[in-house]
Amino acid sequence: MLSPFTPHHERLSMRFRLSPLLFAFVATPVATRVAAQNAPPATATPAATTPAAPARVTTPPGAGALSIPNADPFPSTYKPFASRNTVIRNVNIYTAAGPLIRNGAILLRDGKVAEVGATVNAPSDAVVIDGTGKYVTPGIVDDHSHLGANAAPGGFARTGANELTNPVTANVWVEHSVWPQDPQFPRNLAGGVTTIQVLPGSGNLIGGRSVVLKVVPGRSVQEMKFPGAKYGLKMACGENPMRVYQARGPATRMGNIAGDRAAWINAEAYRRRWDNWLANKSGDPPQRDLGLETLAEVLRGNILVHNHCYMADEMLQMIDVAKEFGYQIRSFHHGVEAFKVADVLAKEGIGASLWADWGGGKMEMMDGIRANLAIVQAAGGKAIVHSDDPSGSQRLNQEAAKAVAAGRAAGIAVSEEDAIRWLTINPAWALGLDDKIGSLVPGKNADVVLWSGNPFSIYTKAEKVWIDGAMLFDRTDPKQQWRTDFELGFVPANMGGNK
Amino acid sequence: MRTSHMTRATFGATLLGSLLLATSAHAQTIAITGGTVYPVSGPKIEKGTVVIRDGKIVAVGANVAIPAGARQIDATGKWVTPGLFNASTALGLSEGNVPAQSGGYNDARAKGEKGVAASFSAWMGMNPASTFIAQTRRDGVTTAVVWPGSGLLVSGRAGVVDLAGESVAAMTVRGPVAMLAEIGGGTESRAEMQGKLRELLADAKTFALRKAAFENGATRAFVASRAELEALQPVVSGKMPLAVDADRASDIRAAMALAQEMAIKIVVVGGAEAWQVAKELAAAKVPVMVGAMNNIPTSFNTLGSRQENAAILRAAGVQVSIIGNGGGGENNFNARNIRYEAGNAVAYGMSWDEALRAITLAPAETFGVADKVGSLVAGREGNVVVWSGDPFEFASQAEHVFIRGVENTGMTREEELTARYKTKPPTYRK
Repeated sequence: MLSPFTPHHERLSMRFRLSPLLFAFVATPVATRVAAQNAPPATATPAATTPAAPARVTTPPGAGALSIPNADPFPSTYKPFASRNTVIRNVNIYTAAGPLIRNGAILLRDGKVAEVGATVNAPSDAVVIDGTGKYVTPGIVDDHSHLGANAAPGGFARTGANELTNPVTANVWVEHSVWPQDPQFPRNLAGGVTTIQVLPGSGNLIGGRSVVLKVVPGRSVQEMKFPGAKYGLKMACGENPMRVYQARGPATRMGNIAGDRAAWINAEAYRRRWDNWLANKSGDPPQRDLGLETLAEVLRGNILVHNHCYMADEMLQMIDVAKEFGYQIRSFHHGVEAFKVADVLAKEGIGASLWADWGGGKMEMMDGIRANLAIVQAAGGKAIVHSDDPSGSQRLNQEAAKAVAAGRAAGIAVSEEDAIRWLTINPAWALGLDDKIGSLVPGKNADVVLWSGNPFSIYTKAEKVWIDGAMLFDRTDPKQQWRTDFELGFVPANMGGNK
Repeated sequence: MRTSHMTRATFGATLLGSLLLATSAHAQTIAITGGTVYPVSGPKIEKGTVVIRDGKIVAVGANVAIPAGARQIDATGKWVTPGLFNASTALGLSEGNVPAQSGGYNDARAKGEKGVAASFSAWMGMNPASTFIAQTRRDGVTTAVVWPGSGLLVSGRAGVVDLAGESVAAMTVRGPVAMLAEIGGGTESRAEMQGKLRELLADAKTFALRKAAFENGATRAFVASRAELEALQPVVSGKMPLAVDADRASDIRAAMALAQEMAIKIVVVGGAEAWQVAKELAAAKVPVMVGAMNNIPTSFNTLGSRQENAAILRAAGVQVSIIGNGGGGENNFNARNIRYEAGNAVAYGMSWDEALRAITLAPAETFGVADKVGSLVAGREGNVVVWSGDPFEFASQAEHVFIRGVENTGMTREEELTARYKTKPPTYRK
C-alpha cells in the first residue's frame, strides 16, 4: 500500500502565500490580473504632459514586460467533447482507489464519474454497456511523453523536443513544438492513454517547460491542454548533456551539477527581484527573462520538476541541489537505479517514473532490473510506469504486467491494484492532477477505459476510451476512429493499431 | 522459480553454463513429464514426456518410457516448448554501446569498402560472456540469429547460435546463414542502390566464372574486392538468402524483382508494408521477418505499419518469423522479450500456434537449421523450456531452460543486483 504523502510543492509555496499580493494573484483570473498590472499607478502622471526626471519611469509597462506568477499566456481552449450518460455493467473495475470490484458497475454522468460499485442507479437516458468478462480502469496517464514534439514521421522537420543550443534552455516551452496532427496521438488513445505530459528532451541540463495534454484531436495544442494543469520543468542528469556539450561544456558530471547550480543562483536572484517589485510596484520593473521566469516559478512551487536521472548516486546529488535552492523534485524519470535508493525516494516524497525492463543501452543504464517498480512500491514510494516512447506508451498496461511478474519472481508481494496505481493515480499525482483524474471515484473526470479482458494479459486491448465522459475511441467502430490530417491519403483508413 | 535460481548458485551464469556445455560428459538423461508439450512440428500433447539424452532430444510423446536413471522433472500443469528462437539480434556484439563513451564494445558494424562488407561475419565477433546473452537464455530464448548492423549496401553476414557455450565456434549452429543488404529507403536514392546491388551480384557471378583469369590479373576491375566477391558466392548460387532490409511495399517488390532477375533467394527483413504484398510474397516463397508491435508511420517507408502484419502474411501462406523491432532494445538487452512480441501478434489476429511457430520453427526453417532446432522432435538439439504457464503471458516464467541438454543455472547480473538491493543498505559482499 502507498504511504500518504505531503504534497511538497504546496508546502514550499506556503511562504509565498503569506504575501497577500501573491495570494491575490492565485485567486484572481489571469486576464484580470494582467489588466490590473497594466493599469498605470494612480499617482503616475502621463509623460507627455509633465516631463519627469530621467531616472523616473513614467511609461507603464506593457503586459509582456511583467514576470507574473502562474501567468498563462497560452491558455487551454479545451472543451469536453459531447458526452452521453453511460453505464457499464457486469464489469470488473480497478478503481485505483481500492480493491478490484468484481461484476460491478460504473456510471458516467455529465462528464464525471458519478457512481461506482456493485450496482449503480442508471438514469433513464443512459447508454448501457454490458461489460461481461471485461475490465474497467481509469484512463492511463503517461507522465513521460514526447508526442507531438517528436512526431511521426520523424526527421528534422518534426523533431522538436531537444533545443540543443545551450545546456540551459529553461526559456523554451515544449508546447510550441507540439504538432496536433501527429499520427501518434490516436494510437496512444487506442492504448487507453487519456492524459500525457509532453516533456522537452534530455540533451540539456534544463530542457524547458513541459505541457500536460489530453489525448484528443484539435487544431491547436491549446485545444489539447489540460485545463488548470501545472507546468513541469525538465531537467537531466548524466550522460546526455555530457555527450551533447562535450566540446563546450558541461563535459563531465561535475560540470553538469555546476551548470545546474549556476542556473538556480540566477533564478533565485530573479525571483527575489520580481517578488520585491510585485510587492511594491515602484519604479521600472526588472527585465523579464523567460528562462529565469520558469526557474523562479519552480522556486515558488508553481512548476513541478521532472528530473531525468538514471543513477542512484546522481539522484541523491540532485536531491541535495534541490535542497540547496529550496525546490522539490516531483519525480525522477527513467531512474533505472531507483531500486537502490527506493527508501530515500519514499522518505523525500519523490516519485519514480520508470520503464518495466529497459536497460543496457549505455553505461548509466547498465543496472536496469525488472523488479525496479516493485522495489520502489515496497519501500512505500510512488512507483510510476512511464514510456518515453510512442510505442511503449500504447502498451503501458503490458509494461506494468511485466513489472508485477518481475516483482513476484523476486519475492516481492505486488498486487494488481498496486500496479493499476502505477499507471493512473501515481502519474496523476506526479502531474499535480490527482484531485481530478487517476482514479474512479465520484466527482472525478470520467476518463475511463473499457478493456477487452484483464489489462495484465498480453491478449487484452483497450476497447473503448472515454475522456470527460465522451467516448473518443471505440475499437468496434473503425469508421468513428480519429484520423489525423497527416494520415489522410498517406495512411490507409482503419488501421495502424486502431483495429 | 526464479527465487530458487537465486539461491542455487553464486557462480557467474555464463561461466558455469559454458563449463557444463564444454563437455558432453556432463550432459545427463532428462525426462520432462506431465506437462502440455508443444512440439511446434505437430499438435500439442497433453501430459506429454520429452526425453533428452547426451544433449539431444530422443523421445517426445504421450506414451514415452522414462529411461532408468533419468533426472525427472515433473512438469504437471506446465507448458513445454522448444527453446525460443530470436531471429533478429546483435547479442554478444555490444555492451555499453559506444566504446568511447563507456569502455564497452560495439562490434556490430563493419566499415566496408564502397558500401560493401559482404565478408564481414558479424557473429564471429560475439562475446560469449555477454551478460545480455546470459539474461536472454535465462528467459527461455535458446537460439538467435546474430546480425551485422545495417546501413551499408551490403552490411555483412549473420550466423545462428545457441545461447550457451564458451566460444563462438561452440555456440554456432550454422553460419553464415544470410547476407544483409539494403535496397532503398535510406539516404541514397533507391534506383542507384538497386543498380549498385545488381552490379555487385553480377560481378560476383562473373568472378566465379573467371576465377583463374582473375588470379592472373586478366579480368577487368570488379566493383568489390576478392574477399567480398567470394563471400557473395553462396548468395549468387542461390544457396544462402540475401536478407533485404525493406519496409515500403514498392521496395519489397523491387527486392522480389531483383531476386527473380538474379536467380537468388531473399528474405525480407522489417517489412512494415509486407502485408500489402502478402500474396506475391507467398507465391514467390519469400520468408519475411516482421515485428508485431509496430503501428507508427515513423517514416514515409512505413506509412502502412500495422500490428496485423504477421497475421495477414501468415494467413496468405508466407513463412513468417516474428522479430522485435519496436525500439526497446529488443535485439540485445531485451532480446528475451521475443515471447511478448509473439503474444501481441496473437492479440492482433495470429493464431497462438502460428505465433509460437514464428519464434521457433519458422526462423529455423528460414535459416536452414530446422534439422537442429526449433521443434521438439527426436534428434534435435536438447533446447527445451518448461514454462510455468502460457509463455506469451507476462505472469509466466521460464522455470527450466535446457540448451543442448544442459540446464541453465546460476544468477544473471540482474538477479544479483536484485538480491543485493532487496535489503538496504547493501553489504557489498558476494
